[in-house]
Amino acid sequence: MSEQTPSVGTYILVFMALLVLAALTTGIAYVNLGPFNTVIALAIAVVKMSLVGLFFMHLWYSPGLNRIVVLAGFFWLALMVSFTLADVFTRSWINPPGP
Amino acid sequence: MSESAASGPLALPPRESALSASPALHHQFEDIEQQHDAGNFGIWVFLATEMLFFGGVFTGYIIYRSLYYSGFAAGSHGLEIDLGAAMMFVLLASSFTMAMAVHAAREGKHRPLIGFLSVTIILGVAFLGMKFTEYFHKWQEHMVPGLNFHPALESLRGAPEHTVELFMCFYFFMTGLHALHMIIGIGLLTVMAILAWRGKIPRENYNRVEFSGLYWHFVDIIWIYLFPLLYLIGGRYK
Repeated sequence: MSEQTPSVGTYILVFMALLVLAALTTGIAYVNLGPFNTVIALAIAVVKMSLVGLFFMHLWYSPGLNRIVVLAGFFWLALMVSFTLADVFTRSWINPPGP
Repeated sequence: MSESAASGPLALPPRESALSASPALHHQFEDIEQQHDAGNFGIWVFLATEMLFFGGVFTGYIIYRSLYYSGFAAGSHGLEIDLGAAMMFVLLASSFTMAMAVHAAREGKHRPLIGFLSVTIILGVAFLGMKFTEYFHKWQEHMVPGLNFHPALESLRGAPEHTVELFMCFYFFMTGLHALHMIIGIGLLTVMAILAWRGKIPRENYNRVEFSGLYWHFVDIIWIYLFPLLYLIGGRYK
């Protein structure tokens, strides 16, 4: 019970920030920024995820153990994505003999 | 405590907290705080596995988006961006009310707890309503792979038809998996609201509400990624 949690004011501020970011990500889709459209949209998504995770899900106030679990999740996700992409996108580098 | 267990080499040290034990405390835990932290840890491990579960679909999405970009962009342009954005706002609002519900449970305030849980459930149902409205529109546009896929030529935007079909497969699987999680979440929150109504969420043990909340926020985070990845491919500028 000693664990700290955010105040109602913090929740409201975070919610406002999330709404602004959601509006921003939709608005930016109408501006031609070339490949940066995707980069910015994903960057905003990462910020929104962090806000939800740190404050709504209390990670900011949680024991370190929970944060290690989250980092482990991201680590395995990164392994899965990077190894899969490394396989798929290097297949054309060599021409294995056909059957 | 029996006398025989209290003596001998295998005797456990006396539990001080047992004196102040609440009925909410399960016997395997030292105190209510340890019980809370253990449950919290368990939910986070579960969420990490959920992350990898969704991660598999996201990995497939990354690969096929890079291989068939024109088809993905064409499929994305066919989606209703205003509906997708509205769903984003509804889900963010539901996350906020969920956080407030957990806050109320923590403070032991039953009326706000029931109120915030109900609003969260209503917002979740509204999200699903919008989602299925869009599914219905896709059916009307003949954009449902496997069952009803005869898209109008202009909706392909010059991309090969089967690549647009592949995008629609990803669209239905990713949003469908997300919608399934929403339905489970709404079920969980309904149970929490009923428990709170019956006064079964004591202030010293609001874990069930908090853990349902963590799950709800996780599902919100998935949509935070699905929205830009599905609706915003290639931008909407002319």
